[in-house]
Amino acid sequence: MIATRMAADERFAIEDLYAAYVAALDERRFAEWPEFFTEECRYTLMPRENFERGLPLATLSFESRGMLRDRVYGITQTLFHEPYYQRHLITNLLVRPADDSYAVEANYLVLRTKAGALTEILSTGRCRDRIVRTGEGLRFAEKLVIFDSELIPNSIIYPL
Amino acid sequence: MQTIGPSTASRLWESDATSRVPYWVYRDPAIFARELERFFYHDHWCYVGLAAEIPNPGDFKRSMVGERAVVLVRDNDGGINVIENRCAHRGVQFCQAEHGNGKTFVCPYHQWSYDLKGNLIGLPFRKGVKQSGRVNGGMPDDFVLGDHGLTTLRVEAYNGVIFASFDHEIPPVREFLGPQIAPYFERIFNGRELTLLGYSRQRIPGNWKLMQENIKDPYHPGLLHTWFVTFGLWRADQQSQMIVDARGRHAAMVSRRNEGGKNDDVTAGVTSFKENMALQDDRVLDIVPEPWWNGPSVTMLTLFPSLIVQQQVNSLSTRHIIPHGPEAFDFVWTHFGFADDTEEMTRRRLRQANLFGPAGYVSADDGEVIEFSQRGFRQHESEQTVCELDGRGTGGTDHNVTETLIRSMYAYYREVMDL
Repeated sequence: MIATRMAADERFAIEDLYAAYVAALDERRFAEWPEFFTEECRYTLMPRENFERGLPLATLSFESRGMLRDRVYGITQTLFHEPYYQRHLITNLLVRPADDSYAVEANYLVLRTKAGALTEILSTGRCRDRIVRTGEGLRFAEKLVIFDSELIPNSIIYPL
Repeated sequence: MQTIGPSTASRLWESDATSRVPYWVYRDPAIFARELERFFYHDHWCYVGLAAEIPNPGDFKRSMVGERAVVLVRDNDGGINVIENRCAHRGVQFCQAEHGNGKTFVCPYHQWSYDLKGNLIGLPFRKGVKQSGRVNGGMPDDFVLGDHGLTTLRVEAYNGVIFASFDHEIPPVREFLGPQIAPYFERIFNGRELTLLGYSRQRIPGNWKLMQENIKDPYHPGLLHTWFVTFGLWRADQQSQMIVDARGRHAAMVSRRNEGGKNDDVTAGVTSFKENMALQDDRVLDIVPEPWWNGPSVTMLTLFPSLIVQQQVNSLSTRHIIPHGPEAFDFVWTHFGFADDTEEMTRRRLRQANLFGPAGYVSADDGEVIEFSQRGFRQHESEQTVCELDGRGTGGTDHNVTETLIRSMYAYYREVMDL
């Protein structure tokens, strides 16, 4: 399916949003993560198996910016873990403009590198997002991250 | 017991007690091979799935018993069969779909086909192929289909939970659980219909026993897991019971949540306790007691060797331990609810699932510390862990400041392993 024709600057604005999002995560500016979302939002991280079978269980399921902030507190203050770098690669953006939002799908790959260790694949899959215009610019109203790599290499701590 | 597996004669467990556990039990390939034989393939029921996962005739799903791949399938009589995923012909793992529905299993290599009970029902060219007035090939005259079925396991779907064993001489599941543990199992699984909510899968680079130990260890939750201590979900000042079966292998950690907050006895100096922590959106902890709880808000069952059953407030799951060599295991979480759950209760179970699984607030770090333990074990052959909280004995207790369940498990372990 071909995306509806849209103005180049609209498309670039969406690509900029993704670039800013992954830069914040990969540079560990986690406090900024909730600010990429609208106040009422959905963030869902889900194995492809559950998604395709219509099973509702998510690995992470948040329903407000408040829950995202709680997650940031969790990963920075409470969840004991071995720290790691993440590197997000997001490609093949498929953008479908709707009346008041954009439906965006994209492939992603996230690499994980722990101190003194070789880089490994943490997760790969597809995001299916809904982006809206707000007074502060484009924001995610929904972000659904569906991972093919269902057997998680031990744990996922930081947001994808 | 007959000795199975490679010799472990060179291994000496120095102490008579189980308050010290040598590092080599977590790493030695010969020990691991013996564990598979004695715990996973003989004398024990292993978890393979829930009846709710294969509700209709022909429904199947893949699972594991130890390191052996199996398929559980519901046949046309409504019975549940568990068969090894290994063609009788050339050993091919014939079932490659994770789940599905079918009338027969056909091995892709030479199209040997089996019914849903694992009987061989046909194979190509059994009577040979006619060509130019003669018959080429074919199986020998004395080849009998009935001799070449799939390996079938003994199966018991106990109140909706499917257990299987390669050992057909094993006593029934309820007897295996024992009178101490069965009531806690039946409190959750009383035969009512279950609803499948979904799966989480993780590979944890540590020995499989470390996960049994983790859920037999009431010492760590109020220390490692901030959420447990801060919100009173699990901590040392709670009413708790540690229950163990007569042989020491299975256990139940049973507790009732309190209000959390500060109590110098259990929070002073505990770095994970966050007195001023407040959730910005507390729907994740929207806990509503259910009538069947009858008191406890937490019951964590460890059924040796392969299953953990979790009730943590409104969140329910089975957690399947699948060893992957001595130094890793796969951990498969199956979250479920009950068929009569309201929509609100289902949403609540799903929200509370944020605490559990490979990214969960109180579970992701269990996988992390198990990995760190395994790394420590690699540093020394002859060192041992210390397991002496609440003494050196075994058996149950009425508090949670104890490591008795781990000691009990290793008493059983040493007996069965001849160590």
